[in-house]
Formats: sequence, C-alpha cells, structure tokens
Amino acid sequence: MRRRFPAVPVLATLLVLALLTGLLTGPAGLGAREIADVLRGGGDPQARLILLHIRGPRVMAAVLVGAGLALSGGLFQALLRNPLAEPYLLGVSSGAALGAVLALVTGLAAANGWALPLAALVGGLAAIAVVFRVARVAGRMDTRVLILAGVVTSAFLSACITLLLTLGPPEALRTAYFWTLGSLSGVSWRMNVILAAYLVPAALLSLGLARDLNALSLGEEAAAALGTDVERTKRAAYVLGSLLAAATVAVAGIIGFVGLVVPHAVRILWGSDHRRVLPLSCLAGAAVLTLADSLARGPWGPVEIPIGVVTALVGVPFFLLLLRRGTTA
Amino acid sequence: MNLGLSSVSLRYDGASDWAICDVNLEFEAGVHSALLGPNGAGKSTVLRVLAGLRPCDDGRAHVDGRDSREWPRRELARQMAFVASTEEDAFPVRVREYVGLGRNPYLGGFKPPTDADRSVVASALARTDMRDLAERYVTNLSAGELQRARIARALAQEPSILLLDEPTAHLDIGHEYAVFELLSEFVDEMSLTVVSVTHNINMASRFASRVVLMREGTVVADGAPPDVLTPEHLGTAYGWPVRTLTGDGLGCVAVPVARGVPE
Repeated sequence: MRRRFPAVPVLATLLVLALLTGLLTGPAGLGAREIADVLRGGGDPQARLILLHIRGPRVMAAVLVGAGLALSGGLFQALLRNPLAEPYLLGVSSGAALGAVLALVTGLAAANGWALPLAALVGGLAAIAVVFRVARVAGRMDTRVLILAGVVTSAFLSACITLLLTLGPPEALRTAYFWTLGSLSGVSWRMNVILAAYLVPAALLSLGLARDLNALSLGEEAAAALGTDVERTKRAAYVLGSLLAAATVAVAGIIGFVGLVVPHAVRILWGSDHRRVLPLSCLAGAAVLTLADSLARGPWGPVEIPIGVVTALVGVPFFLLLLRRGTTA
Repeated sequence: MNLGLSSVSLRYDGASDWAICDVNLEFEAGVHSALLGPNGAGKSTVLRVLAGLRPCDDGRAHVDGRDSREWPRRELARQMAFVASTEEDAFPVRVREYVGLGRNPYLGGFKPPTDADRSVVASALARTDMRDLAERYVTNLSAGELQRARIARALAQEPSILLLDEPTAHLDIGHEYAVFELLSEFVDEMSLTVVSVTHNINMASRFASRVVLMREGTVVADGAPPDVLTPEHLGTAYGWPVRTLTGDGLGCVAVPVARGVPE
C-alpha cells in the first residue's frame, strides 16, 4: 500500500485539487478564467470581492480547521493508545458548546461577533482543565481515568446545555443546533491569522512528540524503558490535542469524524509511525475538510448543508470501505 | 556496568504483604544472572526496581552507583534495556520500525535517524536472525519471532545491561535454547550484564553463571548454580519436592520430571 501510493505527492495533489474546488465552488458562478485573473492581481471587482473576501478566507479556514482536527485526533489516539479516540472524546466539544450556548442565550453573541468563538474557546479550555485535574493522581495521569473523566464531564456539560436551551429563548435553540453541526461560513482573514498563529506552533511541537508517542504505543512501562519521559509526553499530547480541538471548535463549531477518520485512514495507508501519521494527517485533514466544505455549500443552491453532515455522510462509508480493505490486505 | 539493590522493600497498593522485603543483590558486569522462584516470589518486581520503573518504599536501587530513579530516563535507556514479559501493541508496526524504537534514547524529538542508527538496527536484526522478517508486521509474528524482535529492539539500544522478564515464556524448547544461546553470546562477546527472570530451572542451570532463588519476596539462595540448585533450596522455594541430577555427563545440575514424592 505504501509503495503504491506515495504519501506526500498523493496528499499534496489532493490538497491542491481541494483548494481549487473550494475556490470554484459557490452560488456566484465564477469560472476558472475569472479566478486565474483574480489570482494574477486583476479581474472583475465583483469576482475579486467574492474570491478574496468570501471564498478565500473560507477555504483557508477549512485547511486550518481540517489540519487541526486531524492532528488533534492523531494525538488523542496515540495518547489513549486507542484508534477509536477522537478530538471531542474528552469533553472539549461539550465545554465549547456550553460556552457558545451561554453566549447565545445571554445575547452576547448577537451583540459582538467575537463573543461566540471566545466563549466557546473559554468553555473548551475550562472543560480540558477540569478533566486534566481529575485524571491526575499523585503526579501521574491515568489514561483510563482520563477517558472516564472526559466522557462523564461531557455528559454533565450536555445536560447543562439542554437545560439552558430549554429555558432560554427559542431562537437560541436553532442557532445552537446549527452551531453544533459545524460551519465555516463567515470566517474572516483576521480569524484565520489568529487560528494559524495558534495551530502552526502546536503542530510543530506535536511533531517533536512523535518519537515518544511511538514508544508509548507499546505501553507506559515499555516506553519508559526506551527512555521516554512518559508523564511529560502524555501531558504534552493531551494539552496540545485539546488546545487544537478547542481552537477549531471555537472557529467552526463541532465537525465530527474528521478527527477520527483521517488519522486512522492515514495509518491504514501509510503505517503507524507517528512521525509520518501526524504530519500526513494535517495534510489529509486539510484536503478532506476543504472538499467537505465545498460539498456542503456547492450543489444545494442558496442552502448550505452543515459541514458535519457532509463529513459524516461521506466520511463514514469511505472509512468502512478502508477498514475492510485494511483488515483483508 | 554493575547494578544492584540494597535493603529494598516494596509493597504494591492495596497489598498486605511485601512484594519484596529487604532484598540485597549486587549484579557484576559481564555476568548472566538468573532469577528463579515461584509465581509471586518478587522476581519481576526486582527487575522493575532495578530498571527504575518502580519506586521502592525502602532501600535503594542503583545502576553504576547512581540511584536508578535519579537517572534521566533517556540516559538510562542508553545503558540499560528492559524486555518485559508482556507489552501492548496499540498500532500495527513493522519489525524494522519496532526494532528502530531501540534508537529512541539516542535521538531527540526532531532529530531524524542517521545511517549509523540504521546500521545498528540492521545489525540487531541480523544478530537475532530477524533480517528476513524486517518488513513483517509485529502483530503477525509467532511468539518466538516476537521475542526475538523484542530482544533485537533491546540490542538496538546498545546497552551494557540487559534485563529480561521471562524471555522464553510460550517458547518451545528449540526457541528457548536459541534465546539463551543469544544471551550467552551477548555476555561472552559484548560483556553485557544480563539479569533474566525464568521459570526454567534447567536453562538457568545451563546458561547462567549465577542463580538467585527467591520466595515470598526474599532471597532463599544465591550463588553458582550447583550450590543454589539443591533439592533442599528448591523444595523450600517452590513448596514442592524437587529432585536434582548431577553427574559428569550432564555438565550442570538438572531437574528431571518425576511423579510423586521422591524418597
């Protein structure tokens, strides 16, 4: 499998195709020629506006969020030594959702465009901190406790959200519902810059963990015997994975399956060495989410489908296929 | 490089008995020592404390004179390799990658492996007769092959000390011989300090130059195999009458399988 599909050329080509698809997709039918004109610095002012201020930032956001989610999923899978782990397993998404719902219910979100992402980020970080604190006993982080603490915290936060939405204004309910399905609409360049300033260093730090994560997949004792500082590695993977997840949720809401499926697919296709899995997941996640976003807004006229629906509808059958192939190969 | 325990006691969480109690053991460089004893005697605990993987409640474990918990893990892993009796395999990896993990202590987070690292891995594979299996997935290996892969990984650490917990569990007699022969080569040719835990008294008698017999967290007997492997010691340790054979033809003490209580 590895030799038949060399990873970097395949994924880079896929990403370029995804970027072009993203730029070409939208209700205003812009052709390839118009886009080329704009990219060369000229073109029709209307087309410039659409490309540079609507589609451009949106495609960029898909790239960053997709890369962030896939990397976060890869880190969580390595940390929990479980291929079924995903970025939202440990409560980040519920915390962020609670923050977002609070902002919606109190009307802060309507008053200021930054209130919702900020509230989501704060909520996600708070959930991370609580779960982290619970799972740390006597200076050690027990990953089994971590999973339980995360799942239970998620359940509690979901109950809080339901309570707020039941008692809150009805329009908040609808907005919150669509927020939980994820969307990349209306992401500005400024938001992209902030996101990139946050994601790029986190991605680089994650790559530095890859070798220790490889050792950790043999178990904590074996990793320690191979010279890994096990507690430091687990802490770093948890914090980085959670921060990545929190940032992407704050910007784009909850987008499922990318963080689960992408790193897993990369593993099946190109092996389990995290020095490859993590960077390749970034590339693949970026490409997949950009394509998913094009599919969410392209063919449906003025209506946009929540991107989480697309990632699940397309991602799951593809993944099942890959899973069957991977196990029979 | 030598290592040892002085007055080490350890009790696991929730246990009422000591796992090991006031154990004093010193392991000389370039010697293969075997730890023998019944299940629960504290053999594996001794290895873990030596490897700095468990803190002890009392006493001190040292490696080359330095407290084994005070060694930075990475530095210790360049001196000492530990082959546990079981391990997890969360993600499928190929044998070459698996053995390559033995180079981890020499590589920082961002430093890629050099040709020198790759050649160490290649020679560890060759040494353990794993070259032809290098591209196989570890999860598809037989028990004997997996054990060799793990010893290869330990070898790739280029250690001076090798600790092994039941390296021949689940292996047939041929593979068991192969593993012990390999350990003897490491001791003879590379002067490795080897400490192995085993249940095979005959293999320990044949291949180790020192045997430590344990029972209920304490050392029952310690010394050269013929001195330690007596019916009295073995009977005390295992709680079962064990007969031994000695003789010119054997070259070492042997434990035959007999039924009933020997007179």
